[in-house]
Amino acid sequence: MQRIGVFVCWCGSNIAGTVDVHAVAEALKTESGVVFSTDYQYMCSQAGQDIIKNAIHEHSLTGIVVCSCSPRMHEATFRKTAAAAGLNPYMVEIANIREQCSWIHKDMLSGTEKAIILGKAAVAKVNLNAPLTPGQSTVTKRALVIGGGIAGIQTALDIADAGFPVDIVEKKPTIGGKMAQLDKTFPTLDCAACILTPKMVDAAQNENIRIYSYSEVTEVGGYVGNFDVTIKRKARYVKEDICTGCGLCTEKCPQKKVPNEFNLGMDNRRAIYIPFAQAVPKVATIDADYCTMLKTGKCGVCAKVCTAGAIDYNAKDEFVKEKYGAIVVATGYNPISMEKFDEFAYSQSKDVITSLEFERLTNAAGPTSGKLLRPSDGEHPHKIVFVQCVGSRCENCAEKGKEYCSKICCMYTAKHAMLIRDKYPDTDVYVFYIDVRTPGKAFDEFYRRAVEEYGVHYIKGMVGKVVPEGKKLLVQASDLINGKQLHIDADLVVLAAAIEPDKSARPLATMLTASMDTNDFFTEAHPKLRPVESPTAGVFLSGCCQGPKDIPETVSQASAAASKVIGLLVKDHLTGNPCIAQSNELMCNGCSSCERVCPYGAITYEEKEFRMPDRTTKLRRVASVNPAVCQGCGACTVACPSGAMDLNGFKNNQIMAEVDAICKM
Amino acid sequence: MGVIMKVTYFPGCTLKNKARDLDEYGRKSAEVLGITLEEPKAWQCCGGVFTTANDEIATKLSSVRLLRSAKDADQPLVTVCSACHNVVKQTNHAMKNDIVFRDRVNRYMAEETPYNGETTVYHYLELLRDVVGFSNVAMAVKKPLAGKKIGAYYGCLLLRPGKVLGMDDPENPRIIEDLIVALGGEPVIYARRNECCGGYVSAESPALAEKNSGKVIDNAAAAGAEMLVTACPLCKYNLEKYSSKLPIVYFTEILAEALGIKEEVNE
Amino acid sequence: MNNTELKKEILRISGVNVKKCMKCGKCSASCPAYDEMEFHPHQFASMIDNGEIEPLLRSDSLYRCLSCFACMERCPRGVEPAKLIEAVRLTAIRKQGANRMTADDVPQMLDDNTPGQLLVSAFRKYTK
Repeated sequence: MQRIGVFVCWCGSNIAGTVDVHAVAEALKTESGVVFSTDYQYMCSQAGQDIIKNAIHEHSLTGIVVCSCSPRMHEATFRKTAAAAGLNPYMVEIANIREQCSWIHKDMLSGTEKAIILGKAAVAKVNLNAPLTPGQSTVTKRALVIGGGIAGIQTALDIADAGFPVDIVEKKPTIGGKMAQLDKTFPTLDCAACILTPKMVDAAQNENIRIYSYSEVTEVGGYVGNFDVTIKRKARYVKEDICTGCGLCTEKCPQKKVPNEFNLGMDNRRAIYIPFAQAVPKVATIDADYCTMLKTGKCGVCAKVCTAGAIDYNAKDEFVKEKYGAIVVATGYNPISMEKFDEFAYSQSKDVITSLEFERLTNAAGPTSGKLLRPSDGEHPHKIVFVQCVGSRCENCAEKGKEYCSKICCMYTAKHAMLIRDKYPDTDVYVFYIDVRTPGKAFDEFYRRAVEEYGVHYIKGMVGKVVPEGKKLLVQASDLINGKQLHIDADLVVLAAAIEPDKSARPLATMLTASMDTNDFFTEAHPKLRPVESPTAGVFLSGCCQGPKDIPETVSQASAAASKVIGLLVKDHLTGNPCIAQSNELMCNGCSSCERVCPYGAITYEEKEFRMPDRTTKLRRVASVNPAVCQGCGACTVACPSGAMDLNGFKNNQIMAEVDAICKM
Repeated sequence: MGVIMKVTYFPGCTLKNKARDLDEYGRKSAEVLGITLEEPKAWQCCGGVFTTANDEIATKLSSVRLLRSAKDADQPLVTVCSACHNVVKQTNHAMKNDIVFRDRVNRYMAEETPYNGETTVYHYLELLRDVVGFSNVAMAVKKPLAGKKIGAYYGCLLLRPGKVLGMDDPENPRIIEDLIVALGGEPVIYARRNECCGGYVSAESPALAEKNSGKVIDNAAAAGAEMLVTACPLCKYNLEKYSSKLPIVYFTEILAEALGIKEEVNE
Repeated sequence: MNNTELKKEILRISGVNVKKCMKCGKCSASCPAYDEMEFHPHQFASMIDNGEIEPLLRSDSLYRCLSCFACMERCPRGVEPAKLIEAVRLTAIRKQGANRMTADDVPQMLDDNTPGQLLVSAFRKYTK
């Protein structure tokens, strides 16, 4: 028989305002097993905790029920209190009479009645609680960062700085990501390459960092502290350790008509290529889709000119298996396709471009060597129209746009507009906006400079139609402030396309058993308090894979994720959660239902010998739970048809006792 | 080509009068392409425009009767005029998805069995694309249009509302362009091909129709079109009335021409 | 009916949720009849939301809307201004003697090529 203490918290007036706390304490006194019951103003305060500790000693309590706020808030607090008084922390139950009771009820009568019911349910459960002891596991002291953009690079650098080895897996031939494609960065206008490329070089030279470029993660197993990861190193047909990056092959390759993805297809590259001058690793890659040698067996020019002998046409994809203690997702973003927004004539005119294409058009290393020229005829545009929110904040167009605000467009558009006016004062710039959103340090000042100092025409309203006619783009738009429909004959139209998570994120989330929202952004463990952790232990989030963000925010989050990884890797052992599933092998019929529903892959089956009543032995197939992988979600206990699977701390009989206590009323 | 499908065909009022070309070229071409068009014995005008107000019942009943007759014949319903297509398809969509509207209509009509939007409605162009197939149309071509530069004029009724009509991408349609290619012509893409010509407002404000039609034709001409094709008698009327820059013909006419049966129709 | 009742009626028969509007003006930016209208598609949404129905009922804008659905197609929020205009127009012409067009107007609309479709459509939009 348990000896239970009940502690009802007022939470100031949060609970006591709608719940008669004395009545609750009184009512619970008579419940089975309860030997002590009281209430107090703030149970979580030092004085409140002391009341609990003293009661545990004085009344030799074996279990306690705290009627207070959500267990997400203070369960850990009260478990520590119990532990300090020598009680097993898993003998503590919380009855949530705040979020689930006082906050949602208006009158004292029904609030009190419900609080008593919730308290009774918790008492009924504690009566069946048993002390639990968490297990321990070891930690592999190496981290994996998936994605080599600015988010991944920063995370890797910070982890490496703390002395832990870290691998970056990047699917492209070079790290650098989107930031490498940008020209200037807001709000300080420093050149993106100037601040990014030193970090890329640092990553390459850091002895704790290993870069798997042109590689993809194909399989993830294991659990926090002990992930088993398979990495596919795609055949690049160039020996990475031998190639010197001299670039001779990329000049001599006769296949000149390959769309250059680094410049978003606005110019061509060769079939063997180095994406850009500061690429890391600075190694050539052969594009198998275009290489004449790989397709027909006839060419071999690159092998002939390579003095280092790095070309290997027979290369095959290789698979590397590696163990990691922590995984950081940094898979980044892409602008959405403009194909379905042809009211802006993106597919009809080369002079309608996206903002990322505009970055390349103004970048010194871009297709026009940094001169702002129209893609159609190479002429200098004199009237440029920017359209904001193309595909963002789009509730009606789930199949082509995004419901969320893409967050970065207002600022980069202000930057583009300002840079044009600075370099080409003879060019008129119009920005059509719905709202200008600039909530960042020195952001609004930046936007105002575009308007006040640089004379950019900001017009509140949206563009409805772009009509290419002759050499002009006729832009039809709303000017809501002046109540007019405007018709502007522009030379160039720039669309601020919404951004979306990289397409590799969804399959990766499945591999990691990490959750995603409906937009395919990774979900954080808590939107405010645990923003860089995924709900899956050992998996962390960095950059735009979690939601749209600009560079300053990405770098902050990248460092935050790194610190979380370091906090994990410094530990020699991890203490698990004892509230995990456990299979009663005698009842298990080996049906695999639990294995199929387990989202974490924690359940395996093994053949085990059992002694039968007639003293023979029999080999049976039974479920076995890996305690380090199980997250205690309970899905298996519901799926199990024989009742063999049970969740420690939430056993079937405990749940039923709670239900019974509620239904008795 | 043998008969591949029998369909209920709704010509609509204007095709019996000012837009006979649209009808006759369409009928003859369908025959050649293996589609039997069966016109219901009795039909009423669709009303020309769909009324979006959900309490309008009476104005949509003629379309419901038509849809029901196709259902009774167990055939898909084919329209060729953009306006009929728009009204009939929107009505069918409402009968299928708006339960309150459907129940009111069914109670009002008091037929033995209710009509619940079962009929498949095709525009003639969709029939060519989805049932016959443009590649089969191309194979049936006898007199290719020989690189003629043709602009497709969709106007508004053929494509919008996109989610209801479901015919093509309302901002970047391809269906008429693909037909032009199948017929051996060269489609000319121009941005105003899905902008309204002025429609029925030309009755109230000819100036508006003149402005809109003029913009459409100027844009098509600037893009290099030598002629425009349309599926709508009202578009053809407005475009011809307010600009003489380009010839405007029905898409069924170039279809008949390429199939080598244009003269046959005119005999 | 007063403005509050009118608003309710218009929202009911149009089935539109004007609260979805984020005031971007893309409807009016798309409208091919903009210059012919006193009140523009985005104003229909906000004026109906504000209960200012009377000025809309009196406005010729009701008869300039082409029902081309460009505003509906391009609205990022699914507000469907064309349905609002239709609902106001019907509210106006459903009143006794409020028909915009009569049979007497027909002769001056006719020329050799006038398609029946024009007359049918115009009558459906302008009369009850």
